[in-house]
Amino acid sequence: MKWLPALAMLLVTFTADAAIETYQFDSGSQEARFRTLTLELRCPKCQNQAIGDSDAEISQDLRAEVYRMLKTGATNNEIKDFMVDRYGRYVLYNPPLDRQTLVLWFGPLIFLLIGAVGLAVRIRRSKQAMDHRNTSA
Amino acid sequence: MNRVLVWVPLAVFAVLVGFFFRGLDLNPGEQPSALIGKPVPEFLATDLYTGRSLSNKDLPNEAFLLNVWASWCITCQVEHPYLTELSQTLPIVGLNYKDTIPASTNWLAKLGDPYQMQISDPDGRLGLDLGVAGAPETFVVDAQGIIRLKIQGEINDRVYERDIQPILEEFTP
Repeated sequence: MKWLPALAMLLVTFTADAAIETYQFDSGSQEARFRTLTLELRCPKCQNQAIGDSDAEISQDLRAEVYRMLKTGATNNEIKDFMVDRYGRYVLYNPPLDRQTLVLWFGPLIFLLIGAVGLAVRIRRSKQAMDHRNTSA
Repeated sequence: MNRVLVWVPLAVFAVLVGFFFRGLDLNPGEQPSALIGKPVPEFLATDLYTGRSLSNKDLPNEAFLLNVWASWCITCQVEHPYLTELSQTLPIVGLNYKDTIPASTNWLAKLGDPYQMQISDPDGRLGLDLGVAGAPETFVVDAQGIIRLKIQGEINDRVYERDIQPILEEFTP
């Protein structure tokens, strides 16, 4: 019966009580926009969470602001620009492509190219070595 | 050719070490303000003590610090003695962020009020326009009312000498 306490512990569950505000939306599409926006905007205080994903006070405030702006008819771009004007590019999880973000977008591609070229050179060399061995044999 | 190639992994490793070493004393939570080089945003708020309305016109006409603080903020209490000392030579404007009037005025009565002016921002409206993510945050504003620097976290003599003083010297005519 040693395993009984262990088994009993499996029955204990922890429920997370996150304070989630309830917002009333005019339409399903407005609610969908709220969800998308709050997952695309990054919490300024917690680098690896979106504002829709974080319980930080500033995230609550920014969610409320997104909601307020949606209600007054702001477009997604207006809301994003509003946040960038105040919190900088950092708040965008999906940064736009421009001169400043060129390396961010194409850096990985450059590394892929370097790898591909290196691989091609190696393959060609080992092929040459094999051909050489075959002809000399 | 192969002799050169042998060194490539070491070179890559060295570059990585360089990046990681730099990363050691970077705090990714600390972001440069989006308002650097821009004027203090237009605001209409009230004075914490008198309830009198305040706007940009009430800000000092010389270089000053705009210190975002709250009575619930522990670090604000830590930096308070240093700010008190600093206020002898540099005007400090308080932005009482997401706080209540009784709590903040009690706090000031207990610890002293070195601020030249206290802007009350109970719902964080002005804080949002300033891109404030929490307290304390301190903006260095020049005599023309342009924001030149933002410090997130505690102000002490190290931060003052390293970050604030050079900016003040650079932008003081």
